[in-house]
Amino acid sequence: MDTIHPQKIAQGGPLVRFADVTKSYGDLTVLDRLNLDIEQNEMVSIIGPSGSGKTTVLRVLMTLETINDGVIYVDGEPLTHMPKGTGLEFASEKYLRDRRSKIGMVFQQFNLFPHMTALQNCVEAPMKVLGLSRDQAEDRALDLLKLVGMEEKKDHHPSRLSGGQQQRVAIARALAMRPKVMLLDEVTSALDPEVIGEVLNVIRSLNSEHSLTMIMVTHQMGFAREISDRVCFFYEGKIAEQGTPDQLFDDPQNERTKQFLHAVLDAN
Amino acid sequence: MMEWRWDFTFEILPRMLWATGNTLLAAGVGYLIAVVVGLVLMLGQRTPSRIINVLVREAVEFIRSTPLLVQLFFVFFVAPQFGIKLSAWNSAMLTIGLHFGTYLSEVYRGALEGVPKGQWEACRALNFSTAYTYRRVVLPQAFPIALPGMGNYLVGIFKETPLLATIGVAELMHTANALGAETYRYLEPYTMVGFIFLIISLPTAMGLRRLEAAVSRAQGNTHL
Ligand SMILES: Nc1ncnc2c1ncn2[C@@H]1O[C@H](COP(=O)(O)OP(=O)(O)OP(=O)(O)O)[C@@H](O)[C@H]1O
Ligand SMILES: [Mg+2]
Repeated sequence: MDTIHPQKIAQGGPLVRFADVTKSYGDLTVLDRLNLDIEQNEMVSIIGPSGSGKTTVLRVLMTLETINDGVIYVDGEPLTHMPKGTGLEFASEKYLRDRRSKIGMVFQQFNLFPHMTALQNCVEAPMKVLGLSRDQAEDRALDLLKLVGMEEKKDHHPSRLSGGQQQRVAIARALAMRPKVMLLDEVTSALDPEVIGEVLNVIRSLNSEHSLTMIMVTHQMGFAREISDRVCFFYEGKIAEQGTPDQLFDDPQNERTKQFLHAVLDAN
Repeated sequence: MMEWRWDFTFEILPRMLWATGNTLLAAGVGYLIAVVVGLVLMLGQRTPSRIINVLVREAVEFIRSTPLLVQLFFVFFVAPQFGIKLSAWNSAMLTIGLHFGTYLSEVYRGALEGVPKGQWEACRALNFSTAYTYRRVVLPQAFPIALPGMGNYLVGIFKETPLLATIGVAELMHTANALGAETYRYLEPYTMVGFIFLIISLPTAMGLRRLEAAVSRAQGNTHL
């Protein structure tokens, strides 16, 4: 770790920066010296074959996993590390707790709290973590439940909601923390085909009307193409190719990208 | 063929009821101790120190694989030779607490593991503290999972209390033995013991099942 020196990220620089990030499980290197910058208000899609490290990118940024090497910066300061002397050391839990709320995540399996209503799910963290009063937190939660079209089901427990409805509540729950960047990991993969559209519509409106910074892992090429500012193709823990949707989908340069796109587009 | 004698039944009833009180006290206090010991043993297997975890794990395995009666005799008859002298009641409570504490620690462990990993991750993504994660998300979901096991061991401890007669705790079995020895009548005392166990166990088990359903409903599970 002593080779790492803090990188100054200029004002107006990227909101998120992966600088030579390596993550391995035992002998398996899942992220291999990854470099990736996400700009403010950017919508970035991550595509790639299974096992290429897409989920891992989101998980290390959410601090659900620690990295082995490199540094992740968020909002102009290191996230995975904290300053020590002239260098950096791994972040303490306290350091992370002061910064983790800048990042929000929506999971493939929703992970709503089953013993709380939709509203409670959205109120809990703003009250406990951000220190909002119950009234403030409920106002905020109701606005967000309205945004995702779930205000009428606010008093329902997750077990009484469809998958699509649960996922919309999960999006509202993450938004209630007002994160600077939202991470979406295959948020429609666990859904029945007929409810995928309602979740995609919510993401569409977050992107177009609220210009939220988002990193989205997806297998839905059509949606990625429609909504993204930039698409990154992952292969074996690295970005093999990235570009605007038109560049990447219409004129891929990398052999792996071509093969992958052929395979998924043929399958559809 | 011995005839059932109602007059004798009523004559010994006060002593039997008093003994029932002792049985309930032994089961209740023993259970409370086991509930707490179980918690300590479960936490002892989840410490940051791997050595402590393994030691506690082995101790739990050891206690679980030896019979309650042997442990009871060991604490009451053998421990005094090493200078640890406990009364019959204290020996009984200590043994029941430890023995069933190991079983309850497994119930807790299973219940905690029954809470999906995704719940922990959601809490971390929402930046909850660990303490808050346990209190507000994990324990409320682990509790309904633990409840059937916890209920079983409550009834289980109650039904094991006759073993305490062997070290002289004046519970039901001990009292029935004494009555038999005094009067040479065994039919009524032992039948009453069995009957008393039945009329306490059955409603308790039923009540526990209702409690499980109620807790599950309160948690928003509509499919039960
Ligand atoms: N906790 C873990 N322990 C060991 N290996 C892991 C762990 N988590 C992920 N991996 C491995 O890391 C690699 C990358 O996993 P990751 O989940 O990031 O892939 P992915 O690109 O999201 O794939 P998919 O499209 O199937 O979701 C895989 O080979 C996976 O088996
Ligand atoms: Mg994945």
